[in-house]
Amino acid sequence: MSIHDSLVISDLAVTYSTSRGVVQAVQNVSLSVAPGQITAVVGESGSGKSTTAQAAIGLLADNAQITAGTMHLGEIDLARLTDKQWQRIRGPRIGLIPQDPNNSLNPVKTIGASVSEGLEIHTSLSTEARKARVIELLEMVGIDNPEHRYRQYPHELSGGMKQRVLIAAALALEPDFIIADEPTSALDVTVQKTILDLIDELRHSRNIGVLLITHDLAVAGDRADRIVVMHDGQVKETGYAASVLSDPQDSYTRQLLADAPSLSVASVPQRRSVAGSVRAQQSAHAVAPWQRDVSAQAEPAPLLSVRNFTQKFGDFTAAENISFDVQRGTTHAIVGESGSGKTTTGRAIAGFSSPTTGEILFEGKRIDPKSKQLRKHVQLVYQNPYSSLNPKMTVGVTLAEPLKNFKLVGKSQIKERVARYLELVSLDPEFASRRPAELSGGQRQRVAIARALIVEPELVVFDEAVSALDVTVQSQILRLLARLQEELTLTYVFISHDLAVVRQISDTVSVMSAGQQVEYGETERVFSSPTSTFTRSLIDAIPGQRFRDGSLNMGL
Amino acid sequence: MTARQLWLRIGQALLVLLATYTLAFILLSALPSDAIMARYASPDLGLSSDEINAIRAEYGADKPLIVQYFTSLFGFLTGNFGYSVQTGASIASMVAEALPGTLALAISAFVLACIWALLIAVAASFSRGLRGFVLGLPSLMVSLPSFWIGIILIQLVSFKLGWVPVIGASPVQSLILPALTLSIPIAAPLAQVLVRSIEDVERQPFISVVKARGASRSRIFFGNVLRNAILPALTIAGVLFGELVGGAVVTEAVFGRAGIGQMTVNAVANRDTPVLMAVVVIAATLYVLINLLVDLLHPVLDPRVRRKERA
Repeated sequence: MSIHDSLVISDLAVTYSTSRGVVQAVQNVSLSVAPGQITAVVGESGSGKSTTAQAAIGLLADNAQITAGTMHLGEIDLARLTDKQWQRIRGPRIGLIPQDPNNSLNPVKTIGASVSEGLEIHTSLSTEARKARVIELLEMVGIDNPEHRYRQYPHELSGGMKQRVLIAAALALEPDFIIADEPTSALDVTVQKTILDLIDELRHSRNIGVLLITHDLAVAGDRADRIVVMHDGQVKETGYAASVLSDPQDSYTRQLLADAPSLSVASVPQRRSVAGSVRAQQSAHAVAPWQRDVSAQAEPAPLLSVRNFTQKFGDFTAAENISFDVQRGTTHAIVGESGSGKTTTGRAIAGFSSPTTGEILFEGKRIDPKSKQLRKHVQLVYQNPYSSLNPKMTVGVTLAEPLKNFKLVGKSQIKERVARYLELVSLDPEFASRRPAELSGGQRQRVAIARALIVEPELVVFDEAVSALDVTVQSQILRLLARLQEELTLTYVFISHDLAVVRQISDTVSVMSAGQQVEYGETERVFSSPTSTFTRSLIDAIPGQRFRDGSLNMGL
Repeated sequence: MTARQLWLRIGQALLVLLATYTLAFILLSALPSDAIMARYASPDLGLSSDEINAIRAEYGADKPLIVQYFTSLFGFLTGNFGYSVQTGASIASMVAEALPGTLALAISAFVLACIWALLIAVAASFSRGLRGFVLGLPSLMVSLPSFWIGIILIQLVSFKLGWVPVIGASPVQSLILPALTLSIPIAAPLAQVLVRSIEDVERQPFISVVKARGASRSRIFFGNVLRNAILPALTIAGVLFGELVGGAVVTEAVFGRAGIGQMTVNAVANRDTPVLMAVVVIAATLYVLINLLVDLLHPVLDPRVRRKERA
């Protein structure tokens, strides 16, 4: 086992000089990474966690400057290195596992060329020796058929495979420690688990320290020996994973813990009991809902009924034979990984495409994508609040648009109605005169929700509507949605990849995989006793397992 | 690219050629008067209208347009471009004489333009101090008219400095100044696209990953950025090649070089329709060929557009 140095950062401060003056990004940050150990830096966007990571590998933006502090790797103070000196440190002593594997490999280079680049720069190995070493590395990170993968290009590999390749490239020179900057946030939850397992295993076997940057406290709790919680450029709390998670000292850490869906046990807004009707469905869930016999007729007809929905795009089947019912006033979640067909299903429900076969019934009538009236009853809230609002329109104009389209209220009342809906989503009515660029992500998503609700729809489809938000904001929005559902008797179809969120907020759930509905039923039942192995694997991959099991790292 | 895609692409190219030919034919026929009138109707020649009509019949100019269209199309397809109305010379032999000079000019100008663009892009990436100046170059270059550049270059290089003789220059010497003149306006947009796409690629996350491996600046630029950045520039290069033909007309006139450019100028002056048709078809063919080449080069440079190989 190689002898490696620790990384010790003390009182680091970094500023950015911007057009609005000098901004303090990070201040008084101290942390350490011991060989073979994982130190996780947890924080939300803007917390300074990425700046800290960039400083530790000398890749700060051009306008950034280290104004105070030291970063020691053994005897070397990284904070004082010149560009040339950094070139000898990066690679052989510090490695990087980037955030999004899908754009972190040179698209015109082969996998082999990318992995061997570090060896080419820092060693005098012959071409054959390099190739042999690369293939060995690819094998080590669990790449099947490494000889063949060596010659392939990034676009021929899946996201998880690419992240393995990048891990191999970072390990090629046996660095002292590795910076893993949100290494799994772009990956599906099951893939996330395998990648984190791999990093976990390699740091043990190679005695490599890992500085894990993550927004997910649950991931940190599962993997890290030590946790550093950052907020607004400052360290709020440092300690062993167990003590930070089980006995948080700082109020911000406590809030993070409460807001993380996979860690929160009781802070979930209690679901109203709609179970009566749902349970009746459950008992019959082996039979398709519409085939139920007369005994089930006592329950109200579902607001939304998806029957044998199949959507094909050319030869490709995006969703096949999907069936579920949603009762008025309940939330149905569609959960699955990327490419599972969940968005396809959601778009068809919202009337943006016609089913290839099967039918989608809203209040017993087939949904007609050409009907303008449909939009008054069914609305869609899109994933990315940054691109779903017209940047040129003020919030007020955006909200008034559907009112004008449907001539719902007279001209004089528009302003008053807009103000009322802004208040409904807990925004100041003054926001009507602002443009999206002046709003935070959470505020934008509130505006998007207000725009959907202003036509007083009965059904709202949320397509990953909280996935792009920080956990604290996410939890605010989820609470808002729960309140609105109660007040306005809304019915939700909630599309998400995040099982922890789905568990919190849904009454019924469809689990999708590769275009198929592999499980459907009451949320409680699906999570406590899943019938399909796929659902089981999804549930097992939810981070925070150690927290829930009580097997946190006590630093022993 | 599969064989099927390749044939489809070639078929497309042929269609473009046919459309160009047809459009040129219609436009030239729509002009009042024609080559024969321009040549023979002058009162000085004293030809009677009967005699002129006889000449017209000889050239087939009295036939209905549609017949003329197909006769001349058939001629082009069989390599018979017809005869110049002005000189009576075979157009095929005129082209054979003029084309090599023009091609040499166009290709050397094109190569020069690529070199300029690359130099500007490299200078912009590597020198912080000069960056502002270098980035201003393309807009300056594109606004210089080529006839003006030509005249200035002759004045400066030939008369002032005496580096290249104006008369009695060797074929290579006589190529230098025209190629230089022609290359400048082509290099400008090419450099602009290249600089911008280099900036885009440098912002890609994979570049910081390469930096994290300890790569030097030149390794990052030449080993990783450049090949990605060239892809968009390649498409522009194909389009710009079309401008070379137009640019060659002016440049050949300024430098008094024999070539397609001069042939075109004479043909326009004399309404020499058959020659003009030949010029249009040759220019279009070159353009289509270059862009076909660009399309074929893309998969070579970019593995993402290659046909997926099944292992």
